[in-house]
Amino acid sequence: MKVHGDVMIKSELVQIIADRNPHLYQRDVENIVNAILDEITETLASGNRVELRGFGAFSIKNRPPREGRNPRTGETVQVEEKWVPFFKTGKELRERLNK
Amino acid sequence: MTDKTLTRSDLSEAVYRKVGLSRTESALLVEMIIDEICDAIVRGETVKLSSFATFQVRSKNERIGRNPKTGEEVPITPRRVVTFKASNVLKNHVIEGFRRNAR
Repeated sequence: MKVHGDVMIKSELVQIIADRNPHLYQRDVENIVNAILDEITETLASGNRVELRGFGAFSIKNRPPREGRNPRTGETVQVEEKWVPFFKTGKELRERLNK
Repeated sequence: MTDKTLTRSDLSEAVYRKVGLSRTESALLVEMIIDEICDAIVRGETVKLSSFATFQVRSKNERIGRNPKTGEEVPITPRRVVTFKASNVLKNHVIEGFRRNAR
């Protein structure tokens, strides 16, 4: 079933969960996974954090506007203010990775 | 912007609302999905969730760190860390959301 040994893609995650829940259609599981990911996305886009104990916390980091430089021409350009998604690994996951 | 932190129970509520499972089952499924993602990461697998993000495990070699308070040098043991790369879809949603709110 695994196409690429050390990678798990969304459809494989859906398949694993569907196999464990025979009363659900694969389609339902796909909707559930998407509902979770969409909810996290919408929360971040509205400026809030998501904290999932045992896994980690999603938040937004602000990157203020700055003067950048085009590396090819050396020309100075104005880089706009940005907001980027950030993930901090939870304590339990960090410990499990280093046992 | 409101100041609120979303947790597992909010995710179960979203699943309940959007998919129409019972609240109990929604909570179980949220837990199972998060656990499965964590287990794959612990096995060292890269987890690619298209339109959302990629979680990857990297091994770090031992290096010398410094206690910022005492200035004392201490070895930082080799370890595995998770790197998170947001997809362009997620990045764009976030930037658009903030631009809308900034106006």
